[in-house]
Amino acid sequence: MSDALIHFDKVSKTFGIMTVVDDLDLSIGKGEFVSMLGPSGSGKTTLLMMLAGFESPTSGTISVGGKRVDALPPHKRNMGVVFQNYALFPHMSVADNVAFPLKMRGASRSEIVERVTKALDMVQLGAFHERRPIQLSGGQQQRVALARALVFEPEVVLMDEPLGALDKKLREQMQMDIRDIHHRLGLTIVFVTHDQTEALTMSDRIAIFNHGKIEQIGGPSDIYDHPKTQFVAEFIGETNLLSGKVSSASNGLLTVTLEGGQSIRVASAAALEPGKHVKISVRPERIELRSSGEGQNELKVKISDIVYHGDHLQIQADTGSRSLVIKAPRNVVTSQIGQEVVASFSPEQCWIVS
Amino acid sequence: MTQQSGLSKRVKSCALIAPLALFLVFFFAAPLVTMMKTAVSDPVASSALPTVSRALQEWDRASTPSADVQKAFADDLRNITDDELFGDLVRRLNSAKSGFRTLLVKTRNAVAEDQAITDLVAVDKRWRDSAFWIAVQDAAGASLTDRNLLAAVDLQRDTGGAIVSMPEGTSANRTTLFRTMIMAGVVTLCCIAVGLPFAMVAASTTGWKRQLLLGAVLLPLWTSLLVRTAAWYIILQDNGLINLTLQTLGLTSGPVPLIFNRLGVVIAMTHVLLPFMVLPIFSVLIGIPKNLMPAAASLGAPPIRAFLLVLLPLSLRGVVSGALLVFMSALGYYITPALIGGAKDQMISSVIAYYATGAANWGMAGALGIVLLAATMILYVVYLRLSSEEARA
Repeated sequence: MSDALIHFDKVSKTFGIMTVVDDLDLSIGKGEFVSMLGPSGSGKTTLLMMLAGFESPTSGTISVGGKRVDALPPHKRNMGVVFQNYALFPHMSVADNVAFPLKMRGASRSEIVERVTKALDMVQLGAFHERRPIQLSGGQQQRVALARALVFEPEVVLMDEPLGALDKKLREQMQMDIRDIHHRLGLTIVFVTHDQTEALTMSDRIAIFNHGKIEQIGGPSDIYDHPKTQFVAEFIGETNLLSGKVSSASNGLLTVTLEGGQSIRVASAAALEPGKHVKISVRPERIELRSSGEGQNELKVKISDIVYHGDHLQIQADTGSRSLVIKAPRNVVTSQIGQEVVASFSPEQCWIVS
Repeated sequence: MTQQSGLSKRVKSCALIAPLALFLVFFFAAPLVTMMKTAVSDPVASSALPTVSRALQEWDRASTPSADVQKAFADDLRNITDDELFGDLVRRLNSAKSGFRTLLVKTRNAVAEDQAITDLVAVDKRWRDSAFWIAVQDAAGASLTDRNLLAAVDLQRDTGGAIVSMPEGTSANRTTLFRTMIMAGVVTLCCIAVGLPFAMVAASTTGWKRQLLLGAVLLPLWTSLLVRTAAWYIILQDNGLINLTLQTLGLTSGPVPLIFNRLGVVIAMTHVLLPFMVLPIFSVLIGIPKNLMPAAASLGAPPIRAFLLVLLPLSLRGVVSGALLVFMSALGYYITPALIGGAKDQMISSVIAYYATGAANWGMAGALGIVLLAATMILYVVYLRLSSEEARA
């Protein structure tokens, strides 16, 4: 990327014999919102800590705006960091917390007052200047931490699972707030999370981490609809993984014989040799429980369970050799447990993963 | 039924705390009250001289008392059959006015010989001096006295009853109290200087390193105070470990005086009291969230400013509790200054010990104890005020 602001070049980090980040390249553009998503221990937080300066890479370089930063101590990097448990200073008032980075930069008293007021108004905490952090709710504390990380207008804002400690409703509200602030201020945000919904709703791009490497990076819909690997397909959302053998290929359509003998057609740009084993990801909401016309894949299944989820039903259906998960709107399902039905989905909704 | 079970429950819970309550009463409250009472009670003269005090009621405290008074005093003296009581009386009166020792012995012999004596001035001219009679009246008239309490802070009552300072050189209690406070303060500061960095290092490490560091502080706490002091007694000597090392390294030509002076006492007391400083600070430090210092750094604070603005203010609560513990314990220290200090380094508790065991003056010992207790209580109240204000803020 030519206008990349942040650039990781062959960055590795080892702790003893553990390789936490493994020879990793990543570029993040100016104004971009990039989420790092992965299971715990996948290296995403370590990468963020290296960017913030709390860890130094074992090898490789990190540059921001064309300048190498990996030798700079954290206080010289000019990055706003929002920590998991807010990390507000308990002995200072809300206003003093937000004023802290400005004081460190030698801002004048009047400037501090003005910018602190602006920052706290931005996060809707204008009335809480003199409160102590402990007197605020979790969401309010997180907003103070956000204001503190933004008040000195850093080039880059790093967030380390900032919403992890909040309840669902508050978390969704904060997701919208952070997205809004990102758009309004044009900030570059690197956001670490293990919550895939959070990553999908907020990010411009998502990097999926696994074992210290980026498994796949791309836009939310790209990652969700076109997962490259089984890990990504399973980590982002729910999926059905069908394995089988290619029996024929023509005009971008593969015919795949599944375990158990039924066969389906899969749209694929890559021409795969017949006889090759493949794994196919089909999202639960793409499968319908009725025969839906010409050119669709149809599998005979027997419903083994129906779970009520409020806005939809989750259905377990048995193909004979494996179990499918199907997400269906409530009003279209008339089937009962034990009933044999047809599950259908189009070849375009089948995605080959490695 | 329920009332009965409630009652039996209360009886049971009372029975459970009864051993503690009895222990506290017999070994804490009762001795404390007894010592305090001893400090202010003055029963010797009033029991030895039962009639003279009424006879002296009309007296003007200036002229020589009338013959009636002198006769009453002579009768009282004659009736003292217990030599021990007489000895106490002599000591009591002599401490108020010197000269009573010879005067009383002479007068007692005279009244024993002459049953009808009424003119004591004839026995000894000193009975013309009203100061002696004032001493008799004050001693016999009151069963409570503030004499010991005043003496504990180098004050006394003059002949007119006003509180004045004792003459220069007669008593050094105030100096000793002051020295006690200074030394306790110095030891507290030394403990902060050593304990705060130590606690910070211990809190920043994990695993066996932390256990080792804490063990190094706790181990002395499990060792007898006397043993630790004796160890310092050996280490600090002129041919002890420190001086030998210094001389071997060629840093000094002769031994540095480390024992029988203030320096040695401060060193030993700092070591002995260090756990009481390290542990409160440590417990406060490990309660501070780990990400505050990274947060300060990410916001642009260089390490030293981050320390001064974030970690230090947050650890102050531990420093204050530690300082209070150390200071209060140091105030009452006895063995360490007694063994390691010189004559000029003794603290108030050694004066108390002298009065209690050496001079058998329980009144003075009690009074000095009250002064020490009062000083400690005042400090504690100040601490409570400060800490509650901090909690409210």
